[in-house]
Amino acid sequence: MDATAFPYGLRVLVVDDDPTWLKILEKMLRKCSYEVTTCGLARVALDILRERKNKFDIVISDVNMPDMDGFKLLEHIGLEMDLPVIMMSIDGETSRVMKGVQHGACDYLLKPVRMKELRNIWQHVYRKKMHEVKEIEGNDSCDDLQILRNSFEGLDEKSLFMRSDSDTMRKRKDVDKDHADQESSDGNTVKKARVVWSVDLHQKFVNAVNQIGFDKVGPKKILDLMNVPGLTRENVASHLQKYRLYLSRLQKQNEERILGAARQDFSHKGTSENLNLRSSFQEQPSNIANGYPHASQNIQTQANMLDSQLEDTKSTVPLPVPDKKRTLASDAADSQNVTSASSLGGVLSFKSMPVNQDRKPSETMILECQAWTGGIPSKQFMQYPKHNHERCDLLGDYSCLPKPDLEHPVGPSNLYAPPPLISMSCGMEGDARDFSDVKPAIMDCIKSLSPALTCTVDSVSVQLSDSVVTSIDGDLKSSGVDGLPSIKDCCLDQTNSQGSLRPSQEPSIIGSTELASLPEDLPSYPLHGVSLENIGLSSIDLLNYSDAMILSGLQSNWYDDLEFSSEMMDYPSIDECLFASS
Amino acid sequence: MAAAALTSQLNALVNNMFAMGLLDDQFQQLQMLQDSTAPDFVSEVVTLFCDDGERIICELSRQLEKPNVDFDRVDSYVHQLKGSSASVGAQKVKNTCIQFREFCQQRSRDGCLKTLDLVRTEFYDLRNKFQAMLQLEQQIQACYPKH
Repeated sequence: MDATAFPYGLRVLVVDDDPTWLKILEKMLRKCSYEVTTCGLARVALDILRERKNKFDIVISDVNMPDMDGFKLLEHIGLEMDLPVIMMSIDGETSRVMKGVQHGACDYLLKPVRMKELRNIWQHVYRKKMHEVKEIEGNDSCDDLQILRNSFEGLDEKSLFMRSDSDTMRKRKDVDKDHADQESSDGNTVKKARVVWSVDLHQKFVNAVNQIGFDKVGPKKILDLMNVPGLTRENVASHLQKYRLYLSRLQKQNEERILGAARQDFSHKGTSENLNLRSSFQEQPSNIANGYPHASQNIQTQANMLDSQLEDTKSTVPLPVPDKKRTLASDAADSQNVTSASSLGGVLSFKSMPVNQDRKPSETMILECQAWTGGIPSKQFMQYPKHNHERCDLLGDYSCLPKPDLEHPVGPSNLYAPPPLISMSCGMEGDARDFSDVKPAIMDCIKSLSPALTCTVDSVSVQLSDSVVTSIDGDLKSSGVDGLPSIKDCCLDQTNSQGSLRPSQEPSIIGSTELASLPEDLPSYPLHGVSLENIGLSSIDLLNYSDAMILSGLQSNWYDDLEFSSEMMDYPSIDECLFASS
Repeated sequence: MAAAALTSQLNALVNNMFAMGLLDDQFQQLQMLQDSTAPDFVSEVVTLFCDDGERIICELSRQLEKPNVDFDRVDSYVHQLKGSSASVGAQKVKNTCIQFREFCQQRSRDGCLKTLDLVRTEFYDLRNKFQAMLQLEQQIQACYPKH
């Protein structure tokens, strides 16, 4: 496609309470060969935009609407979606126009709007894209971040993504380029490069917020106070919204924590026969010292998780799984397991959260898991790996992803892998524990879990395993430098077993609802009876959650692949690493 | 021949509406938008305007009858009417709406009531002419059944 083809098919959402104007604008825009959706209510417009994320390129909205002020709508769109918004009104008073601009409108049209004005609205989409490309080019470290995001934006990208080995940066970049080309030509995907919210930058942001006062903050004020060149109002607005969300989540989190603790308590006392995950974990620690019943536990974990997710439908039968002992030479795993139970309460409490509606749920997850970091200094608490939002999207939009590429180096630890998710979260919970200690094991867990959950959710992207792998790579490096023997052992173990175990790992990934088809070296996975169909959002939640955790590794890895280890060493808290971008 | 007569009648009517300042060039914009993919575009828009305008005027009367007039509310309805009339190029109604809003800002109930009467008269006058126009168009179309 060439540049002249671009504006055609531009997807426009028109919001106006006046039916006459809706009709006229629709006609005009169609005459411009744009794809038009009209909407008479601002709230409905917002719903449409949330539901059909990435399905619009630009929004044209009236200023005066009975159900919601146009400026309010504009603000929402600016915060939640990254779309150019054109305001229009019959009033051309400078103050109104100014207000529109201040709220982030890219243009302000006076009614009666003319065709020639509408014909040119593509420029706003194009301009945004240009800025985006510039930012990508100017900031190499954004490449890999960007590619992740980009890859979620269209079905056709899926295949591209599958080809991208997560451990090879070169390939990633190739895909990125592919994508960039595509993007600039079709004009459908308009995303601008995100600002990397480094610790410093975020600190500035927080300072600004504090200075202004939390009740009075606005993106513009913060931007002015921060005085960072290159930072846009939108960047700040988006960050502010997440910051708010984060704070409110933090509050809720405290409640949930108490709840989780209560649950743990209960399961501890309760009968262990019911295969309750928590109790089963309580029983395990005795095994940990020598060999670890990872396989069985893994399955149990899944089964139980599924079970818990499906309490309503009762369609899951957790099967007793024969222990298949495998050794994981990770000291970290031990300590994790001891505490794993408590965190599960928290994990499961995600159950009620909807996913895919918009970016919020995933954000929530991330925020929650951060909040689990308990004793960590609170001011640096925050991180928002944006990929997760996209990932969330992906889960929603694409129901059947291609199978994972055999080539990609999902480690063998998948099979070895221990009680995934759970130990991870507990790692987070131990206040005093140095996170880097736990990390490799966490990665293992995640790694093992993601494929497993791929089975259950059947739309979970391979991307997850990809990213997991990436993070593990990062970890291997870091642990080497850290010289922590336990971690090293663990990693070496993984590496050694890599070759031999790979074949069996694949089926476990693709075995979506047919775990029964596992190969012979996995006799201990008799999941035949387990109904995996209705494993809904909660599994995804869990997945997202685990994903959020690993992003720490991931991001650092992207940023400076080789120097990663040095960063890892002085991990004062997970936050700092989680922090890497937003 | 009948069609030609009707057409000239229609043209005369529309020209007259322009001449009297009822319509401005926005109406011509609408006419230009009408094409084979939307042969009834103008009549559809005009009908929408007539219905919506009537609704707003009724709402305005109701608001101004209240013992405690919410002038902001009235103002927002007048604003709607102004926007709506601008959409079809109903210039006169639109201009009266501008006056109307001034009275709203002055919190003048009398002024508002007076202007409401004026805008109502103008609106219904316009609506009658629009209806006559649409009728003529239908008759003309009836002369060319396959057109």
